[in-house]
Amino acid sequence: MVLQALADGIFTGAVIALGAIGVTFTLGIMRFANFAHSELLTWGAYIALFVVAFIGPGTPTGPLSFGWQLLAAALLAAVVTGLAAWTVDAFVFRRLRRRGAMPLTMVFAAFGAALVMRHLVVLVWGHESRYYTRELQMAVELLPGVRVLPDQIFILGLALAAMISLHAFLAWSRTGIAMRAMAESPALAQVCGVEVEAVVRLTWIISGALAALAGVFVGLTPQLHPEIGFNLLLSLFAAAILGGTGSLPGAVVGGFLVGLGENLSLLVISPGYKGAMPFLLLLAILIVRPQGIFGDKV
Amino acid sequence: MIAYLVFFASIVLILGLLTLGLNLQWGFTGLFNAGVVGFYAIGAYTHAILTAAPQPQYIGNFGLPWLVGVLAAMAATALAGWLIGLVTIRLRGDYLAIATFGVAVSIQLVSLNWEPLTGGPQGLTRIAKPLAPLFETPFGFNLWFLGLMIAILAATYWALDRVLMSPWGRVLKAIREDETAAVALGKSARRFRLEAFVLGSALMGLAGALYVSFIGFVSPFDFLPIVTFQVWAMLIVGGSGNNRGALLGALVVWTIWAGSGVLVTKLVPPSRAAQGAAIQVILIGLLLMLVLLFRPRGLIGEAAVVSRHVSD
Repeated sequence: MVLQALADGIFTGAVIALGAIGVTFTLGIMRFANFAHSELLTWGAYIALFVVAFIGPGTPTGPLSFGWQLLAAALLAAVVTGLAAWTVDAFVFRRLRRRGAMPLTMVFAAFGAALVMRHLVVLVWGHESRYYTRELQMAVELLPGVRVLPDQIFILGLALAAMISLHAFLAWSRTGIAMRAMAESPALAQVCGVEVEAVVRLTWIISGALAALAGVFVGLTPQLHPEIGFNLLLSLFAAAILGGTGSLPGAVVGGFLVGLGENLSLLVISPGYKGAMPFLLLLAILIVRPQGIFGDKV
Repeated sequence: MIAYLVFFASIVLILGLLTLGLNLQWGFTGLFNAGVVGFYAIGAYTHAILTAAPQPQYIGNFGLPWLVGVLAAMAATALAGWLIGLVTIRLRGDYLAIATFGVAVSIQLVSLNWEPLTGGPQGLTRIAKPLAPLFETPFGFNLWFLGLMIAILAATYWALDRVLMSPWGRVLKAIREDETAAVALGKSARRFRLEAFVLGSALMGLAGALYVSFIGFVSPFDFLPIVTFQVWAMLIVGGSGNNRGALLGALVVWTIWAGSGVLVTKLVPPSRAAQGAAIQVILIGLLLMLVLLFRPRGLIGEAAVVSRHVSD
């Protein structure tokens, strides 16, 4: 039981971590809590669904329930969602930034954007659950009593690969260093010649792309509905704050901890209350260490 | 038509009360409550659990008088606001937003899942209504309730006006405008903010208790996350920092919401009801963003206050 919960927690955690990276970037670099971030997950998932409607999910490859077509759809969704995030910024957040709006004004703009984005999905696809593929797949017994789907293992691998490449980018590329500098201190970064708008644009594109991947992964195990992103929102915030805002390793560790916390809690509480777990974790963090594990300021 | 208008007006006044609570938190103090519906629901459920007619399958349903339910609802919501405020008010502003959002999510889960207390998805019925036995027709009761709401709202409006003009209210504005200066004058920013947050929460609890005692039952589906967004839209459209603006916003946004609902049911076939409802929500979202972008002060906006010692 405990081992199964741990395994489930790691898979959920990988998805939360991918989503939380964008949240921690907006908290750290743009300095506001983006309540619309969860909708980027939903958009990514449905854009991939749209692509799959044309090219099909592909014939199952090996033990997986899908073929290369779904992967291509996910990559395309990542690109389109990244651009969509940047477009929302251009229409809404950038205008407010230029006017010198307070970070909290950005938060309600994000409220409005979230409502519009989520319900556009309802408008096009309705409330029904949707599936990328109807293929059944057999769970494999990884350890005695621990069953996982091959899709989940594949997703975990892909998520880790995305996180590691992003880490390499932030650590070694010039643009990556500029992004970290912005998260540390926007004023100093600007003095050092960092082009703020370019960093902001890149941040949106990366955040959107990773959110889209997370969305596709949630949709794959097992289904899509217009609230898949919104239902994860609190987990994403909890992970970002737990890790320390603006920190990539923080978001990843935070994501896995929140995923594990949610699944382990199911051993003692009824599944109906699972959604409140991230809130309890969040309160605990805010009481004990509000700056998060890797953060050094609030 | 008259019957509908009476009902509509009562709902607008209840939402107006909710918006006044949010205005105290955001408009005058700069505290971002992203879980308005959670506080509204705490008030509603406290009232329902305390006053609903006793039934063996429920833990609550104490059948207490209406007034007890209303006062307890305010106290319970104030307590919830105090606990959340205690943890988050000292942190950066958007952490309060995230934590209050979490309150709303958790309250929704409790109301759906803790059936022996909240009735689960069915909710609770036969909740105490003020002086209900005196009225023979629902219309008579609705008319009386409208009068009661006008009185409660007028009293709240007046009391808030007094409070905000008092030294306490001026400190709130001072902290919102320039925290460092206010702290330098010896005011504890944290304490004043917490007090305003608790007071605003109590108003939201009052609105919740009044809502369920108006309709006579409580259902978790009346307390969905969209309510938070609607109340925010009311405050932003009306003009935050101005109580008249908050009330005007409640009227305007609820008229748009109810009006678009009527249009959607007329124009959209029932098989597409989900899409129709989505259009309504998209309108609210667009309204919120457009007002922020093009009329950030809202319809009325905060009036400039000049000290009464500066004459002519």
